[in-house]
Amino acid sequence: MNQGVVQAKLWYAQRISAMVLGICVAVHLVIIFYAIRGGLSAQEILGRTQGNALFAFFYEIFILACFVHAPIGMANILQETFPKSGIAKPVASTLGLFILVLGSIAVIGLYTGGAS
Amino acid sequence: MSNTNLKVKVWRGAQEGEFVEYLVPRSPNQTVLDVVTYIQRKLDPTLSYRFACRVGMCGSCAMTVNGVARWTCRTHVSKILVGDSLEIAPLNNLPVIKDLATDMREFFNKWKGAVGFFKGDKTRYDDFTKVQPNSEERQLADAGIECIGCGVCYASCEVVQSRPNYLGPAALNRAWTLTNDVRDVQQLERITAVAGDAGCHACHSQGSCTEACPKSIAPTASIAGLKKLVARAAVRGSRWGKL
Repeated sequence: MNQGVVQAKLWYAQRISAMVLGICVAVHLVIIFYAIRGGLSAQEILGRTQGNALFAFFYEIFILACFVHAPIGMANILQETFPKSGIAKPVASTLGLFILVLGSIAVIGLYTGGAS
Repeated sequence: MSNTNLKVKVWRGAQEGEFVEYLVPRSPNQTVLDVVTYIQRKLDPTLSYRFACRVGMCGSCAMTVNGVARWTCRTHVSKILVGDSLEIAPLNNLPVIKDLATDMREFFNKWKGAVGFFKGDKTRYDDFTKVQPNSEERQLADAGIECIGCGVCYASCEVVQSRPNYLGPAALNRAWTLTNDVRDVQQLERITAVAGDAGCHACHSQGSCTEACPKSIAPTASIAGLKKLVARAAVRGSRWGKL
């Protein structure tokens, strides 16, 4: 496939994931403000999210949107800042992997209450 | 007004060179091109610069004046003067041939690269294609059609600076007007040419081209149109087919 077509698809994926992220960030902020208004600790919050599939599902969607969105943007920035270095792809791929793995571990923690 | 002199610093040399200061008499309604012409005719005939129509039609006299790319024939000195000084340099993002004249080949080659030229399939024996003036395509094409190819947008674009293979605002604006030309027959070729990071998707939408365009065209809007059109064609297909 033509390189330009791949880049056009990546651009599209980044825009769609940005729309998902916009909603996720807003919902996340509302949850945070709601959760801490009575002074709940992290442990108490985890106690409440434990076993809640809806929370796990929502945050996994959040992670997936980040996984798509951030590496594409990072690759673009690196490519324009260091055009000849060839670091854009490896660094962006590593970032994507980190977001997916660490994010998903966090979601598992959220679901299991951090016991695993 | 005519008693005072302008201190005009003009770039002399090619890629390497220096600013040389000239004193030019101030006159009413003086344009920057008048200033450059005065220097060349009265002070230093070796000064090289480019102009043709002097009335804002041909797009050949663009230069960097006080740090901003402008069409010099329609730029009044009084509008941009800082104190009593002017600094006139060749356009950015283009190789300098000599003094104020840049090599525009790359700029125009990119128009070709963006398939920024019309190709129809009608002959003289066919009837005219009827394009309604108020049709959506015609309106979209109209918004970008007055480009004079001066290179001001190209010289003002930060993305051109960081990605030398980027087609640039003028070529992409031309491509956009042609994607809205219902008579053109090379649409798929065109949207393939402008796809990706050498094309429309590299644009940061910063709007420097739109701000600088002397014809008040908005290449940023044209490029945004291309981004959507091309990305959709790559993912879902377009009326001309899938990329």
